[in-house]
Amino acid sequence: MLLSIDKLNFSYNSRPILSGITFSVRPGQLVAILGPNGAGKTTLLKCINTIHQAGEGTIFLDGNDVLSMGREHIARAMGYVSQKTEAPRLTVFDAVLLGRTPHMGWQVSRNDMKMVDAALHRLELQDLALRYLDELSGGELQKVAVARALVQEPRLLLLDEPTSSLDLKNQVAILSLLRQVVDGHGMAAVMSMHDLNTAFRFADTVIFLKNRCIHAVVPCCSVTATMVEEVYGLPVEIHHINSYPVVIPLDRTEEKSCPVQ
Amino acid sequence: MHFNDGEVPIAYERYLASKRLVIIVTTLLMALAFMTALSLGAAQVPLSEVIKSLLGMEVSSRHQIIVNSIRMPQAVTAMVAGAGLALSGAVMQAILRNPLGSPFTLGISHAAAFGAALSVMILGGGTMSSTGAITITSPMLTTMAAFTCAVLAAGLIIAISRRSGATPEVMILSGVALAALCTAGTMFLQFFADDVQLAAMVFWTFGDTARASWPEITLLCAITGPAALYFLANAWRYNTIEAGEETALALGINTRRLRLVGMLLSSLVTAVIIAFLGIIGFIGLVVPHLMRRLIGGDHRFLLPASMMSGSLLLLGADTAARLILAPNVLPVSVLTAFLGAPVFLYLIIRGRSCC
Repeated sequence: MLLSIDKLNFSYNSRPILSGITFSVRPGQLVAILGPNGAGKTTLLKCINTIHQAGEGTIFLDGNDVLSMGREHIARAMGYVSQKTEAPRLTVFDAVLLGRTPHMGWQVSRNDMKMVDAALHRLELQDLALRYLDELSGGELQKVAVARALVQEPRLLLLDEPTSSLDLKNQVAILSLLRQVVDGHGMAAVMSMHDLNTAFRFADTVIFLKNRCIHAVVPCCSVTATMVEEVYGLPVEIHHINSYPVVIPLDRTEEKSCPVQ
Repeated sequence: MHFNDGEVPIAYERYLASKRLVIIVTTLLMALAFMTALSLGAAQVPLSEVIKSLLGMEVSSRHQIIVNSIRMPQAVTAMVAGAGLALSGAVMQAILRNPLGSPFTLGISHAAAFGAALSVMILGGGTMSSTGAITITSPMLTTMAAFTCAVLAAGLIIAISRRSGATPEVMILSGVALAALCTAGTMFLQFFADDVQLAAMVFWTFGDTARASWPEITLLCAITGPAALYFLANAWRYNTIEAGEETALALGINTRRLRLVGMLLSSLVTAVIIAFLGIIGFIGLVVPHLMRRLIGGDHRFLLPASMMSGSLLLLGADTAARLILAPNVLPVSVLTAFLGAPVFLYLIIRGRSCC
């Protein structure tokens, strides 16, 4: 196992946020964490990266106890893309170069810069390389954050809603790239998401969080309408298109008519 | 996944070179300003004589005294203080992630002024000469009192921050509260002071580079130099903080320690400068903003550029302050505030990119 989490608890000001979280991730797996707002998705990712200190439980990455690892050691093993991306007055190139920080000595090496260039090309950001971050759109900023985490060369990528600001084309581009990064490179990624259909389309496994606990851990193809209904409290239907599950909510109160021409 | 098929883009290399050029040009301008400062004054010394004197060649003893004994200490003080204030301002703005980070907003200047006022009251430190000039009878004690209060203020902010998680908000709000407290303390002392003491207290707050002589300059350099080296060595880490707290943590940076040490050193540098020279405003606030606008927010370049421009600006302002109302000398702090405030307003009006 690449990542093993066992009975993880986290409380904020003695208010429990996560309790008894247990799951594991294999190399090559892309895992989506799903659940309603406030279920603890972001907190779980932050606990794995030790941005938040878990109260109880264990986290092992490649057999190493994450909770006793130094911050720099963790940074070499895990990349993290936060939900909100700041836009300081740095160029796109420099912002992505920040991802090399855990591997850097006192100075930026030419190899670091070459890696950044390759990542920018991979994410089609090369034309924006010398633009300042505060001049970018939300979607472009999100791609910069993903590029930064990728040049960190982690074993595990943690992404908090990585596609929330992206248009359809860029959502597919980023998730396809993540799929590509994870497949066959001995890496894994865990991402929190709200868009169920995109999650089912790209992830291998989904973890449903509800009321601070794991409600279910299932392969995407085995997700049932009952499961989604239990987690979100909304009746849904699941149809399969090209063997991918597609969720259609059945709450008709707000439904608009869409005449077929 | 390996990203090993990239090249260093030529445009990026050019971009880095342009930033280095700004630093080099500022340094050259500073050297030029230094020689001009030694040359200009009530008694003109030709530039050639200044250069000869700097190179250790023989010049007239009058020129030797004017350059080496009178103008040199003041010019060096202005350079070191300007560099220290601008660098500390840039670091405070980085670690607090707030464009208002400076010794003023954090109450360090106010605490120093309170310390000086306290020493003037307790030690009876102000006298009036027959010409009406106010002098402080125990400059060393006044300096020590100002320094102690400034360091205590910084220490208090750091202690509160340590207790409450070292977040920028805690640091800034503690600073604002402390500034108000120190101002109240100073006003309390001023209310009970006689006219000579009151004049001495006010006189102390006028920042003046002529107050320091070589022993003080050595101490200024001994504190500013190592602190500057630490800041420059951590320039890249300040970039990670700018990218956001969580991102910095995820990149392996101990943000809490970086903030506390940065705060401690920048406070120490400003405390020692303010204690020796009085309050010199706006350099720590305006210069980093000016440079951020010119070369961006990459601290690898922003810190040295701020240091050099702070040096250049204070030296230029100091020289101008000596010349504007010659033979009277205007305190440099008045001039920096006169110059700094409109520049700052201009930067705000021109757009948010500066902040």
